[in-house]
Amino acid sequence: MHNILLNIDAGTIDWSRAQFALTAIYHWLFVPLTLGLAVIMGICETIYYKKGDEFWKLTAKFWQKLFGVNFAMGVATGIILEFEFGTNWSNYSWFVGDIFGAPLAVEGILAFFMESTFVAVMFFGWNKVSRGFHLAATWLTGLGATISAWWILVANAWMQYPVGCEFNPDTMRNEMVSFLDVALSPFAVDKFCHTVISAWIIGAMFVAAVSCWYLLKKREQRLAVESLKIAAIVGLVATVGAAATGHKSAQSVGEVQPMKLAAMEALYNGGTDQGLTAVAWVNPFCQPDYENESEAALKVEMPYALSFMATNDIHGFVPGVNDILNGYTKPDGTREPSVDEKIERGKLAIATLADYRKAKAEGADEATLKDQLSVLNENMPYFGYGYIRDKSEVVPFIPVNFWSFRIMVGLGCLFILYFLVLAIMAFRVPLLSTLTRRLFAAFFLIPETEVDGNDLTRLPAWHYWVPIVLLPLAYIASESGWLVAEFGRQPWTIQDMLPTWVAVSDLQSSSVIITFMLFLILFTTMLAVEINILLKQIKKGPQS
Amino acid sequence: MRKDGFLYRAFDLYYDGFRHMTLGRTLWAVIIVKLIVIFAILKVFFFPNFIGQHAEEGNEADFVASEVASRIPAEASPPQ
Repeated sequence: MHNILLNIDAGTIDWSRAQFALTAIYHWLFVPLTLGLAVIMGICETIYYKKGDEFWKLTAKFWQKLFGVNFAMGVATGIILEFEFGTNWSNYSWFVGDIFGAPLAVEGILAFFMESTFVAVMFFGWNKVSRGFHLAATWLTGLGATISAWWILVANAWMQYPVGCEFNPDTMRNEMVSFLDVALSPFAVDKFCHTVISAWIIGAMFVAAVSCWYLLKKREQRLAVESLKIAAIVGLVATVGAAATGHKSAQSVGEVQPMKLAAMEALYNGGTDQGLTAVAWVNPFCQPDYENESEAALKVEMPYALSFMATNDIHGFVPGVNDILNGYTKPDGTREPSVDEKIERGKLAIATLADYRKAKAEGADEATLKDQLSVLNENMPYFGYGYIRDKSEVVPFIPVNFWSFRIMVGLGCLFILYFLVLAIMAFRVPLLSTLTRRLFAAFFLIPETEVDGNDLTRLPAWHYWVPIVLLPLAYIASESGWLVAEFGRQPWTIQDMLPTWVAVSDLQSSSVIITFMLFLILFTTMLAVEINILLKQIKKGPQS
Repeated sequence: MRKDGFLYRAFDLYYDGFRHMTLGRTLWAVIIVKLIVIFAILKVFFFPNFIGQHAEEGNEADFVASEVASRIPAEASPPQ
């Protein structure tokens, strides 16, 4: 990064990026569990509402208590991201204008207040409001959290696919021309569906892990077994749903951020009939020589799968890194310019912007200003390329994208298998349950005596350890998804408009290092406190 | 105030809820400490508004324009 900078300290960019990543990753530890547990506790309370069985009230209250601990610990951790925008990313912050501010304001006013109002009814309202109203409050708490996620993801999606805006050279800001285009951007919809459904996986895995811990300790067995059943269904629906929405997300990425898709796949040279890389050797620590290598070493692929994933057609065209750098013809016959051409147009946009502002300050005539605006608007889609000195700068770090994507997908497949087996065993699906148990017995994974049984409380200990081990892996899969989304769009803070080294403030890197370290200490302490409180509550159990 | 009125019941929900908190007391303590650290320390001492500090009110666009112009690779510098 240092060699492309002029008067900005290279460390400022890297530390500002690292600080933002640290804060976002930390914030994202809480959000998915909030979204996931909201579904589980809602289901438990719905069963209580229907059956009137006090056991289900106790179960719902237990998961609500753990939801409350996580919710309290996550409160305000996202606000720090907004501080960082104003201090570390001030040019970006000004440049995005009200487009970024509007969704965040809606999130703050509507969703957060809705969430915090109903969370009070949920915790304080037992025996004070009707069962129906309490149930509604529980679901609305979860809905409020989900709507919050919607607006945050709308803001994030706009950075990846800027729509519904116009750049105003007088104010130097992007101004919203269509709220609906921003709020209902197809990229935002795909991102929302995939992100929220994947969050349910963490909720389900958390419930499965806690339930299995009780089964290991031979306590709270009814709560554990019934919760496992709910976790199995939510987990299965969520994992399959995440795969389906992931397919749709990949298509969105292929359409609007083809470089990210090429980096995810380490696809150096594209074409039609592209296979999806199952395994390949991409050195995790250095950028591959994509210009001279035809493909990643030791590549084993699933034929046609990448074309299908990106275009819904097994013969579809998928551009590789070199195609994007050098320009290519799209299936519809239009030509995507090379990066060198985009750089020239970007330089023209930047120069015209400066000319326009100078002419306006000097009181130039309307016709001159109109001509300059016309040139600016024509080249504005490539504005950010004017800051690129070498085309290699628009290639994200391929190893991070390649491996993060594989970790996310690989673990996702493992989760589908786990929740499928759990659902079969928990619900005793005819034939499948017997087959699964016999298969386990054949490999000595359960005793022969349990082959025809249906008792989830009498399985060997390893069975209960599985979700406990899988829980941190679920977080790793979720964070890997974010790495793919955010590393894959580098160097852009706003796709094609603003690279990181223009977006960043002209700060001393030492001041960013200090706040980074401060956050690291603060976040680690807070995480330790949360895990401690959470584990204490789990140990106390539902009766506390 | 009527005890079956909406306002009283809403007040009672919060009043009684806060009064009988157990785990909630710990969680609120953590939240309050966290908010103080975030808003009274981090925001005030470590996260100033960079543009607000470096540009006069009303001239923010000029400041950002000059910042953005200063990041251009030499060969692409716009005419002054």
